Amino acid sequence: MRIRIRNGRIIDPAAGVDRQADLFIAEKIIAAVGRSPPGFQADREIDASGKWVLPGLVDLCARLREPGAEHKATIASECAAAVAGGVTSLCFPPDTDPVIDTPAVVELIHRRARAARQTRVYALGALTHALAGERLAEMHALKRAGCLAVTNAGHPVTNSEVLRRAMEYAASCELPVFLHAEDYDLRNGGVVHEGAISTRLGLPPIPAAAETVAVSRALMLAECTGARVHFCRLSAARSVALIAEARKAGLPVSADVGICNLRLTVDDVIGYESNCHLNPPLRTLADQRALRQALADGTIDAVCSDHQPHDLDAKSAPFSMTEPGASTIELLLPLLFGLVHDGTLPLMRAVAAITQAPADILGIEAGTLAMGAPADVVVVDAQEAYTVRAQEMRSAGKNTPFAGWEVAGKISHTLVGGRVVFGT
Amino acid sequence: MTARDIQLDQNGRLRHFLTTEGLSQQHLYEILDYAESFVGVADRAVKKVPLLRGKTVVNLFFEPSTRTRTTFELAAKRLSADVLNLDVSTSSATKGESLQDTLRTLEAMHCDMFVVRHANSGAAHFIARQVAPHVRVINGGDGRHAHPTQALLDLFTIRRHKPDIASLRVAIVGDVAHSRVARSEIHALNTLGAREVRVVGPRTLIPSEIEAMGVRVFHDVSQGLADVDVIIMLRLQRERMRSALLPSEHEYFHCYGLTQKRLRVARPDAIVMHPGPINRGVEIDSEVADGERSVILQQVSHGIAVRMAIMALIMGSVVPASAAED
Repeated sequence: MRIRIRNGRIIDPAAGVDRQADLFIAEKIIAAVGRSPPGFQADREIDASGKWVLPGLVDLCARLREPGAEHKATIASECAAAVAGGVTSLCFPPDTDPVIDTPAVVELIHRRARAARQTRVYALGALTHALAGERLAEMHALKRAGCLAVTNAGHPVTNSEVLRRAMEYAASCELPVFLHAEDYDLRNGGVVHEGAISTRLGLPPIPAAAETVAVSRALMLAECTGARVHFCRLSAARSVALIAEARKAGLPVSADVGICNLRLTVDDVIGYESNCHLNPPLRTLADQRALRQALADGTIDAVCSDHQPHDLDAKSAPFSMTEPGASTIELLLPLLFGLVHDGTLPLMRAVAAITQAPADILGIEAGTLAMGAPADVVVVDAQEAYTVRAQEMRSAGKNTPFAGWEVAGKISHTLVGGRVVFGT
Repeated sequence: MTARDIQLDQNGRLRHFLTTEGLSQQHLYEILDYAESFVGVADRAVKKVPLLRGKTVVNLFFEPSTRTRTTFELAAKRLSADVLNLDVSTSSATKGESLQDTLRTLEAMHCDMFVVRHANSGAAHFIARQVAPHVRVINGGDGRHAHPTQALLDLFTIRRHKPDIASLRVAIVGDVAHSRVARSEIHALNTLGAREVRVVGPRTLIPSEIEAMGVRVFHDVSQGLADVDVIIMLRLQRERMRSALLPSEHEYFHCYGLTQKRLRVARPDAIVMHPGPINRGVEIDSEVADGERSVILQQVSHGIAVRMAIMALIMGSVVPASAAED
């Protein structure tokens, strides 16, 4: 299948490109940008006049719920949601049931994702066996089965000796370690950022120190183990400062932020809004400003959806009893572009944060429209505004904090490996 | 701010009673004034008024409670309602039934009012959002969030002793972090324009940024009690000693327990209150609890009148005060 995407504005931070041009796709790869390759005959043309043509999005954290929680969502349902959101590659944390700590589970997930024929799915391997934080997972076997990184997901590694050894071992397997930085004891069963709102609502609080203490510990261990550490979904201003300092000292660390923490604050929890029950929690406006600033200046490399689809019952209870997480994968791009439209983020930085940067962190060939790259492409009408409605979302999880929001950036086509998987 | 929309109807009248936050002076005084008309009911030969005749009130307690549940039950019965007590902590919840299913089952039995106590903050708010439009919800205590009927009965008691609330300094002493009573009192006292509301306790028991609720924070008890008109002691849960919040009951009493000696720094006519049940020798000395400044037992008896007023008000059974008195 040869496809010509005509007349769009091609935005590809990896190649430093931002110009009006045609994109030529052949044999599942980008054949050319601008000038037609000799003898190129398109089987299909997509008119992108007035639209933006971007590399397919790379999402560093999306839960698909299968295996283990198929009543919430399935690999098939969420891969369809992902491509509707322009996501052409995504990372799948290992806190499934069974846990992704054996090659068999990796293969099962990759096989089902291939069968869905939508987005590319990368299962992340467990850092510790059963994510119990006690002994090492078979990281080498996981790597051979196709895991690009290891992580304990949201499960704590309270024993610092275990974390040290796990990081050392991951480093010798040349696997990056994805860390959800949270001190389990300091979190102490909390459900909302500690401050005026938690006090007023009487909800068990999570101090910012639950994150900053964990970031500090991990940075010290990264220094002595040589592990490449990626910090997932930072939420606190102070964490960002710690990361900036470590990078300045030359430590090979990277970081991402979840889209919800860029667009919402703890004030959105008022009224016990269970769709705003997230982990890491929404924090203050000052934290949000620091996260946005860090994203703009590159201290935070990437933005992820932190997609967590839930069934209705999971969110229908008193706040503390609801499950954390929001269904976000379809809104990652328009919510991030909102920050471009209002002047918070430069366009190239925003696009890089969901394409090139996460691809680099994973070490995959994606996130660019350079000649020869896999033809993972998104065509988006950046100006087209629409109202978010939970019932219209493709994800099986309708748990969105953004219902009723007016957003701009409608995806018209998504291509994975030169095949149109979304749009007509 | 938290539940304003849901607990008021379009005309701004109370529909549910979930929190004191967001209520106006008018709302609070309406309850307090109406409660005055019920105080005499207990002294009559027939301790009943017919305001809720034919209505069914369900006490839905997901957390064990004797005192609060009993006063709600008495209040409803004195209003002539039929009362059903459901101790859910020992029944369906342990069988795995969800809160929503419990509610739907009870609604199918055509109940008119739920009095809810639950260990999770926001539970009453959640329930109020779920019930059919004609059903009323009263928060009998949700997690650390609110216990608005307790706050109102405390205000009622305060007002009987000190009618000019705007002139008062009030100190709330103890485990403010885990106290729904403290939060509801702070909102109500500030709405009524109390001169100063203080919270007093060690840093481990004072929640983050509570100043934003309009209180002054004291960690030293003598400073905190200096010149106050009202002292509200909070119950100290034993489990606070098992977590890392306090070293021992002994040390707590030494630092924060209310004794006759400590009481001396307060105004000479200061009253001492406690929402109960009290831990003698932990947060309060028996000499003070049983002393002449203590109004603790009055709080209990006022609790019934205040709860009658709230139940009658939100059921829309407001009648002229004379009718309640006949």
